[in-house]
Amino acid sequence: MTSVHFCLSELELDALTELANVGVSQAAGSLRNMIGEEVFLSVPSVKLITQEVAAGVVIGRGGEKLVGIHQSFNGDLSGGALLIFPETNSLELVRAVVGSGLPIQDIVELEQEALAETGNIILNSCIATMANMLNCTMRTSLPEVLRGTWGSLLGSPVSAGSGESVLFMYINFVVKQRDISGYIAMMMQLPALESLRARLGTLIAQTADEAL
Amino acid sequence: MTYKVLIVDDSKLARMMTAKALQTLQPTWLYREAANADEAVALADHQQFDLALLDLNMPGRDGLELAAELKQNSPLIELALISANTQLEVVNRARAIGATFLIKPLGMPALETFLTGIEQRWKAAAA
Repeated sequence: MTSVHFCLSELELDALTELANVGVSQAAGSLRNMIGEEVFLSVPSVKLITQEVAAGVVIGRGGEKLVGIHQSFNGDLSGGALLIFPETNSLELVRAVVGSGLPIQDIVELEQEALAETGNIILNSCIATMANMLNCTMRTSLPEVLRGTWGSLLGSPVSAGSGESVLFMYINFVVKQRDISGYIAMMMQLPALESLRARLGTLIAQTADEAL
Repeated sequence: MTYKVLIVDDSKLARMMTAKALQTLQPTWLYREAANADEAVALADHQQFDLALLDLNMPGRDGLELAAELKQNSPLIELALISANTQLEVVNRARAIGATFLIKPLGMPALETFLTGIEQRWKAAAA
């Protein structure tokens, strides 16, 4: 079993965390516009870890049943992005998006479609912001609604080899008035991580040069 | 006239970007950087700042809490919250404590408009 180690410098990791922060902040604005209520965000966490550890980062929710809306992105950078909710929040999120006036049967019927569209808007907002800041182009796949646990959701999208470094970014968001909380996670692996490092290096160099 | 600016952001890159924009627009203004609210308050305890440019989403106390504290300790300080979180509630909270809301990534035109406005106010107050 081969382990592939990949490192980012402190400033590269800092830059990536800032990109995640900006991307998710704009995505939160999109979600707020969809549901009409404020979305509270945690400070983002960015880690380079193995895929097995990634699933354990959000520990304490181990066997919880989750819904994940997954989109792949490719182009100058490639990877996977996930919007993750506890399954118990799923209908409440759909109700928040489509309105409370609909009968429960209609909400249930709309669940899959509404989740996919919500994920599409939020994840694209996040990915597009990061792509713009890194001056690169990324295309996204159609959203796919997955159900499972942390381990299965984080394990499936990127299919990294065991022990291989993956970039795992996650941020917790909460809609207090509706008891909705969830996570946005992005995962990337080699060789996309090398491209990401080059793009971060360019961004940092431009900022540093022009700051002189 | 040289003014003193406090830049607070937990991201070093974001501080570099803000400092770069500030120096491009106002090369004679002095600035200090802080990586969190505690560092910012410690700096503000020892010197008077005319302006604070604050990140919103930081570990520990966020930019809104810091802005309120800086304003309480130094009522004349000008404040700007810089964030990509443009939710109406956040923008309104910034305005309620007397801070201007600037969108991240910070664009040069928006910062220039903001800096020109506060410089005019300072000059008018000093006249």
